Amino acid sequence: MTKIAFPHMGDYYIPANYLLSHIFPNTKVIKAPKITSKTIELGTKNSPEFICTPFKYTLGTMIESINKGADTLIQMGGGCRYGYYAELQEKILKDLGYNCKVINLVTEGTTNFKRINNLLKKIDPKFSKIKAIYHGFITFKMVKYMDQIDNYIRENIGFEIEKGSFENLKEAMLIAFSRVKSYRKLKKTYQRYMHKFKNIKVHKPDNRIRIGIIGELYTIMEPFSNYFLEKQLAQHHIEIKRFTNVHYLLFEKAHKYKKYQQYAKEYFKYNMGADASDNIARAKYLCEKDYDGIIHIKSSFCTPEIGAMPIISNIVSTYQKPVLFFSFDSATSETGIKTRLEAFYDMLEMRKEK
Amino acid sequence: MTKVGIPRSLFYYYYGPLWQDFFDGLKIPYVVSPNTNQEIVNNGLALANDEMCLSLKNYLGHIDYLKDKCDLILIPRISNFKKNNQTCSNFWAIYDIVKNLFPIKLLHYNIDLDKKDTLKKGLYKIGKELNKNKWQIKKAYKYAIIKEKKRVKKNHIISLNKLKSTKTKVLIVGHPYNIYDEMIGKDILKYLNKNNVELIYSDKFNPQITAPLSKKISKDLYFKYSKENLGSIVYSAKNINGIIFISSFPCAPDSIANELAMRKIDIPYLNLVIDDSSSFTGLETRLESFLDMLGGKLND
Repeated sequence: MTKIAFPHMGDYYIPANYLLSHIFPNTKVIKAPKITSKTIELGTKNSPEFICTPFKYTLGTMIESINKGADTLIQMGGGCRYGYYAELQEKILKDLGYNCKVINLVTEGTTNFKRINNLLKKIDPKFSKIKAIYHGFITFKMVKYMDQIDNYIRENIGFEIEKGSFENLKEAMLIAFSRVKSYRKLKKTYQRYMHKFKNIKVHKPDNRIRIGIIGELYTIMEPFSNYFLEKQLAQHHIEIKRFTNVHYLLFEKAHKYKKYQQYAKEYFKYNMGADASDNIARAKYLCEKDYDGIIHIKSSFCTPEIGAMPIISNIVSTYQKPVLFFSFDSATSETGIKTRLEAFYDMLEMRKEK
Repeated sequence: MTKVGIPRSLFYYYYGPLWQDFFDGLKIPYVVSPNTNQEIVNNGLALANDEMCLSLKNYLGHIDYLKDKCDLILIPRISNFKKNNQTCSNFWAIYDIVKNLFPIKLLHYNIDLDKKDTLKKGLYKIGKELNKNKWQIKKAYKYAIIKEKKRVKKNHIISLNKLKSTKTKVLIVGHPYNIYDEMIGKDILKYLNKNNVELIYSDKFNPQITAPLSKKISKDLYFKYSKENLGSIVYSAKNINGIIFISSFPCAPDSIANELAMRKIDIPYLNLVIDDSSSFTGLETRLESFLDMLGGKLND
């Protein structure tokens, strides 16, 4: 019996787990252990020296899930060198003496259904295509609902009256989502929890500080890799706007790119790979909508975002808005981030009072 | 008359001679920036983001040098050569980065074969922007392309002859804008030449022969220039004594492709990553011990 595992990214292990366990009823899906500092240490030790950080994180979780018994690992890809991770990771794991195969679902940022079909056949040659499409549909809906709830939480969590109410409810929600078995039940769960979230009492002052977070997709979506940045901002009573989520990457990115290009055509003309050009347009959008500040986060050595940074600096200097650039590495110290965030927050408040 | 500036960095090492032939054919004056020197590196450092790769920093330094010495600066944007043949994402972004950093007029074209933007289209666009008529452009383009083809052929034959040499043969694997840059790889080449080593360069082979061979090392690889580099290793593996990888810090495609190659080949290799603060003395020690090791192996 094959045992599948996949690297963590935020809370998306729930839809991924649902999809894999329903498409392949004869295989066992192994939930990778939560990312800890030990995971990163494992990943960093076995990675090449100047690779971007998501490689280290995913390699770390891969090793940990192999130790838990997995033998088939699934890796996704993006429009940058992310699409090329899988081959090197497989070689590294083999050099370490583990017997496993790594399956790369997306290369070059494009999905080819024929290719994916062939890859899925490698895991289980008897899998049913119709079932895969049906469960795929439910999974994508689940991702959409989770992203919608997350967006609501992000806007309101900083202003909760009773501390921890959002977080406690979210944990209950994740458990409920992981128990879903059909589309009807999924929709009902979503409606029930959205209702509960909207009933949580919040106090939103009119002159609240609003911040937009833009940046590289993995770091932005995996809270451990950005040192729980959103949580820390919420403690300062800040409303957070974030654009990147899995639903955006899967369904909106392709047709939104042209709109973004038209919107920010004075700043960029060509696609810069991964999310870089999207982030430039978003920076302009945040400036025009009068957000108080922008935080740009990325993992160190993320090439597309490095190209976008001088252009974002150019935009914010024309609009006179503050921007904070974070580059997270496996060796970044948490206190350093806290200090910079506090200084940024103080500066925003002082600007607000003026 | 408008004067075109060509930065001697990045794309120059792929297209420089072709551009020069093209502008010669059109009778347009051009100025090429000098070899990279310490001043250019420092200017580039001041302009660039601190995480950009050394080659990109140098490129910005070259543009800074050219900005008041010509009317237009030639900056192509190179995205891909058909499917599975893309370039580094810095090459995609360079035009927009320069446009946002410098208030100067740029001359540019786009190579994106997925969307049918070819080199021919690009050079015709440039010719038109320089107010030349169709016939003049056609003539200059043909002249430049024929010369380029001859150059590739000649380089390939020279490399093949070098592979037959009886001296210690070392294959230099790296991007040409790193290998031949005065501040990145030139010192290494000089040192090796002084020590009577036959140098074979990964970019001096015919790309159409080497690129498909890279499949033997890496199946998934989709970076065009890395494909050529790895392909040249497969192509010449039986005839060389050692490999030296030269890359600039932190090169994105090299970080994965070279690592994979190093794990798969069984030829002695040396991996040199050049930073803006690395000194040659440190490199010299490593090169010396590498050559010693090669020599020891040869005598066995």
